[in-house]
Amino acid sequence: MTDRTLQPEAPPVGDTDGGSDTPLLQVRGLTVHFPIKKGILLERQVGAVRAVDGVDLDVARGTTYGLVGESGCGKSTLGRAVLRLVEPTAGDVTFDGTDVRALQGETLRRMRRRMQMIFQDPMASLDPRQSVESILTEPLKAHRIEAGPGGHTARVRELLDLVGLPANASGRYPHEFSGGQRQRVGIARAIALNPDLIVADEPVSALDVSIQAQVVNLLEELQDRLGLTYLVIAHDLALVRHISDTIGVMYLGRLAEQSPSDDLYAHPLHPYTIALMSAVPIPGPAVEDARERILLTGDLPSPADPPAGCRFHTRCPFRQATRCHDEQPELREVRPGHRVACHWAEDILAGRLTAHASAHDPTATRVEAPAP
Amino acid sequence: MALLDVKDLEVVFTRRGRRDVRAVDGVSFSVDPGQTVGLVGESGCGKSVTSLAVMGLLPKRGVQRGGSVYFDGANLFDLSDDRMRDMRGRDIAMVFQDPMTSLNPVVPVGVQVTEVLERHRGMRGAAARSEAAHLLERVGIPEPERRLGDYPHQLSGGMRQRALIAMSLACQPRLLIADEPTTALDVTIQAQILELLKELVTDSGTALVMITHDLGVVAGLCDVVNVMYSGRVVESATRGELFGTPRHPYTGGLLRSVPRLDQPRGVALNPIPGSPSDTLPWAEACAFAPRCGNVESRCRESSPALADDPLRPAHELRCFNPLAPAVLDEVGS
Repeated sequence: MTDRTLQPEAPPVGDTDGGSDTPLLQVRGLTVHFPIKKGILLERQVGAVRAVDGVDLDVARGTTYGLVGESGCGKSTLGRAVLRLVEPTAGDVTFDGTDVRALQGETLRRMRRRMQMIFQDPMASLDPRQSVESILTEPLKAHRIEAGPGGHTARVRELLDLVGLPANASGRYPHEFSGGQRQRVGIARAIALNPDLIVADEPVSALDVSIQAQVVNLLEELQDRLGLTYLVIAHDLALVRHISDTIGVMYLGRLAEQSPSDDLYAHPLHPYTIALMSAVPIPGPAVEDARERILLTGDLPSPADPPAGCRFHTRCPFRQATRCHDEQPELREVRPGHRVACHWAEDILAGRLTAHASAHDPTATRVEAPAP
Repeated sequence: MALLDVKDLEVVFTRRGRRDVRAVDGVSFSVDPGQTVGLVGESGCGKSVTSLAVMGLLPKRGVQRGGSVYFDGANLFDLSDDRMRDMRGRDIAMVFQDPMTSLNPVVPVGVQVTEVLERHRGMRGAAARSEAAHLLERVGIPEPERRLGDYPHQLSGGMRQRALIAMSLACQPRLLIADEPTTALDVTIQAQILELLKELVTDSGTALVMITHDLGVVAGLCDVVNVMYSGRVVESATRGELFGTPRHPYTGGLLRSVPRLDQPRGVALNPIPGSPSDTLPWAEACAFAPRCGNVESRCRESSPALADDPLRPAHELRCFNPLAPAVLDEVGS
């Protein structure tokens, strides 16, 4: 069942209403701060965790935007804020011309029909006491989708077929499936309402290696067939590069770099992206031995108290004596469509600057960068 | 002679009224001092149970062990519990996957590190404390003196894993077993930890058993790689040989199913069909047959043995119908 190939058919659903050159999703200056409070009776806010701190991004119709970064960089919060599963503190989210932040109550609920989410762990995001049929009909009922003559059975069967599960899966419960099949149920639930945008938060990282490719291929087939637009959030760079048209690299709540997928890997400009890519293990011993690994020192600073200037300067192997520690770099275009938030991107691109420490210097791992 | 020699290791979990589970089904491998040996496989292939059996950490009840584990010439399965406790932590140490669950959350890190020193090296008081600080420093924890008083939750994930490694290094063990030591960590932190482990092996000649599902980690670290499937080793070779000329369809399938950063984009992924739970019992067939692209009728009727590859030297294989050599070329080499 699993290697079924889906035939491209009718025109993609999300692309029918004109203006396909305007991005389906526009995010401007999106900010999510979680307040830190002190006191028991009289709570006062003493600070904020700046999970997302002014992010701009566009996701074009029918394309995939991949958001990468390490844990704590705010990528999941960003994905949730786009769907308003957490409330943004500031900024604009425009979905197909509608200001998502202005929606309330019933209008928001109706808009959610077009924006769905795929979660990381299908075991945690599927109700263990609901049968697959019940899981898949719940969104249909909640949004009062008219049922056919036989109820929603036909639609459930169609959904199961789309995600490559047998029709008899509908009467089974989540625990009866393997991890990969469970994730297929989660995907079927997300596409049940024919959404335009799907936010997929680490869609395959909980799965076994041999299963990940099955689910990745399924996501790609569904995109071709249903004209879906994806915002994929993941930490695996090789995977994100495989499925994304555009990639945004996040660090401490801000975009460090944003670029078409191919250009990012051919010409990474931000020191963080360079270090991140050099750290990804490649299953080829010859490549592994020949690689120059740039080891970052220390850990991610606290997003409650991000470093001044460039947020990456405390760990940056290319750090310069000027500008880095006191001037916040803006995202600017350095190559066509390739934007980077680094003062020295041109010099790094031209090879005029090199990293301070390399993997061959064993002290590199031992030195904690000075606090700002 | 090899430092660690695992021979025909079997672990069967028995539960009353249920079918026995053969988690490890005749696994053999050996590790020399200063050598890194990888055990690779997906969840349920028995790689972690193998490591627990070597460490003697399996529960007494409901477990049947078979085979032998020779460490420095002595069979660990013959040792008394007391002798084993002396050995564990001193000669053989282990690093677990999740540092949050393997550190005691209500005891400061310093106490947990000095505990090892007191138990095995008889150190006390200030001497133990300064040695603990030295260990934390060695694994790259900044301000080690101050960190000794911190509780595990006050450390970041990478630092917790470092603290755990510091504990395992406390007695300069001759064998270190690392069970998915970087799986819970970010890639940049993973790179730091792997570098640390590499240094350890080269500097102090520690033998390292690396258990992981990540082929990339294996490619950079291990001298010899054992690929496990459903409780048995299906392929064993040096890393260059294994990645350059994978012969078992499972190994080849794994390598083809992961996207690689150094490959051109747009190469379609070729997943292995089915899931790791679709297996046949090894006793009468090849367990991988239901998912295998090279399957023949005899694969379902008789069980292949682990044997020397007739076509490649120093390459062991458990397959009737292996992939032709050099199906996967090393990209970029």
